[in-house]
Amino acid sequence: MNENDREPEEAQVSQPGTAVRLDQGHIQGSGGIPERFSNPGVPPHVHRLADIDEQAARRAERQVATLFGISMVATVIFLVAYFAIDQKTYRFIPGIGQANLSNVVLGVTLGLSLLCIGLGAVHWAKTLMPDDEVAEDRHRQRSSDEARGEAVETIMAGGDASQVARRPLIKYTLVGALGIVSLPPVLQLAGSLGPLPKADLSTTFWRKGMRLMRDPELTPIKASEVTIGSVFHVMPEGIDKSEHLLEQKAKAAVLLLRLEPKDIKVPKERNWGHEGIVAYSKICTHVGCPVGLYEQLTHHLLCPCHQSTFDVTQDCKIIFGPAHRPLPQLKITVDSEGYLVADSPFREAVGPSFWERG
Amino acid sequence: MNALASHRRHPAAIAILLLFGLVATGGLYSLLAPKPAQAAVATAGDVNAGKKLFLANCATCHGLTGLGGLIGPNLAGVGAASVDFQVGTGRMPPTGPTIQAARNKNVKFSDEQIASLDAYVASLAPGPSIPDDQQAKGDGNVAHGNELFKVNCAMCHNFAGSGGALTLGKFAPSLRNVTGKHIFEAMLTGPQSMPVFSNNNLSAADKNDVISYLHELDKNQNPGGLSLGNLGPVSEGMFIWIFGMGLMIAAAVWLGSKAA
Repeated sequence: MNENDREPEEAQVSQPGTAVRLDQGHIQGSGGIPERFSNPGVPPHVHRLADIDEQAARRAERQVATLFGISMVATVIFLVAYFAIDQKTYRFIPGIGQANLSNVVLGVTLGLSLLCIGLGAVHWAKTLMPDDEVAEDRHRQRSSDEARGEAVETIMAGGDASQVARRPLIKYTLVGALGIVSLPPVLQLAGSLGPLPKADLSTTFWRKGMRLMRDPELTPIKASEVTIGSVFHVMPEGIDKSEHLLEQKAKAAVLLLRLEPKDIKVPKERNWGHEGIVAYSKICTHVGCPVGLYEQLTHHLLCPCHQSTFDVTQDCKIIFGPAHRPLPQLKITVDSEGYLVADSPFREAVGPSFWERG
Repeated sequence: MNALASHRRHPAAIAILLLFGLVATGGLYSLLAPKPAQAAVATAGDVNAGKKLFLANCATCHGLTGLGGLIGPNLAGVGAASVDFQVGTGRMPPTGPTIQAARNKNVKFSDEQIASLDAYVASLAPGPSIPDDQQAKGDGNVAHGNELFKVNCAMCHNFAGSGGALTLGKFAPSLRNVTGKHIFEAMLTGPQSMPVFSNNNLSAADKNDVISYLHELDKNQNPGGLSLGNLGPVSEGMFIWIFGMGLMIAAAVWLGSKAA
């Protein structure tokens, strides 16, 4: 059925009282507003092809049955394929590429069997089930006056029988008990919010004298091992024994790099490092992603989440992206055995901004 | 053609178009997807032959003595490992002026020629040497390699070794189907934007573990097919926004339309 065939039919059914189509010209008004608008009622029901043509109805029936039939066939194929196809077989499937055959066949057949049940049901509802609009009036909700009076009497009689009005001691203690018993749930709710954060957001695991350890092996790093252009991913010494390991790791992650000392443009950066070895917090000051993409030639540190770019030669100044503060530097030095150690904790809070941060 | 045009508003047209798009994307991907490169075995090189090759092919950028020219960097001290990586993967000599030389399947030199070039550049100044076959065999601990990869490599090269973007057009290349020797050399020398992971940072055994992990990734088959490049949320999100939501909209249109 084409759209062009349908239009004349629709033109015939539009009568006075129905909505005027935009392309049907203009109806002359009589001027003024009527006293009362009459209920326009439900628009006239347009019969579907299957309502008036028995042959079309039978065709729709066949279509619905075919869809349900496809669903059954697909389910049977699923059941057979479940046992018949080896789970380790890989085949080239057009449009999908090299894929696990069992996986694809089971997915496609089960999807098809469920989809065809849905398609059949919707097609059935659209073509054969009645589509007349029916109005059903609301029931009266208010009970009769007698019933309402009776209910009030029953409640008052019950109140008298329980002697609640005559014995105020019971009345007041009951109110008190019910009032107080609401406190335990409130207390539990407030208590389960956990301890106050205190300074947790501003401090990390790093303390003066802690060795810088390779992540994930947690072996100490000698200054002489950090060659120019190297990157070490670093955790503080003893972090594996910390009580809240993941929280501490998330704050304490540090990136250790070595530059030519002459490439470092900021004196503070040079002084806080050791012969061109510098350590910076790996936690982005934007939303806390690990800033790990170091470009050896340009000395740019790139955050993979939102492309904030920090220039390591300028004390990790932001040169691009949404971050607003440079990465905090960890002051490092070497101990008597030549291992790199922290010379102080982080001097400022690492990671993204938070409410109380200065 | 008229028959086709008259049916263009048919409810099934959207579905057919979607299906066509899906099949075309999949087909094109399987045609254009990169294929594995051939491995190369190095042999002992000859410094004089290397010098001749260097003068003919490299000196334009790196200078007649290899100490750096107008464009190319100083090669004294980069070591044989660096030359073997850059030339052996087809990155050098570059085919044209680019921000970053990319891996090229057409390696310009034979294995002997590369070995000669290695020997010549290594003779300029001491530098990291080419790992022996045993070191980069990829028979190490895959689980440990995965752990090291996640900490040290995955932020640039992606969780599945598919590579990713860096700043200003530079990129971290895909690590799929790269020989163990070249992966070892890249870690050892830090080519281009990549930082150096010397044997003091990741020991030779650690590097072998990383190589084992990457080789295991290469062997891994994708049960669902159509990996969309293993690029994470960008390509996967794009796919589901276009095809998933397209199908949803088509279904909603069909549900809302009246039967004939």
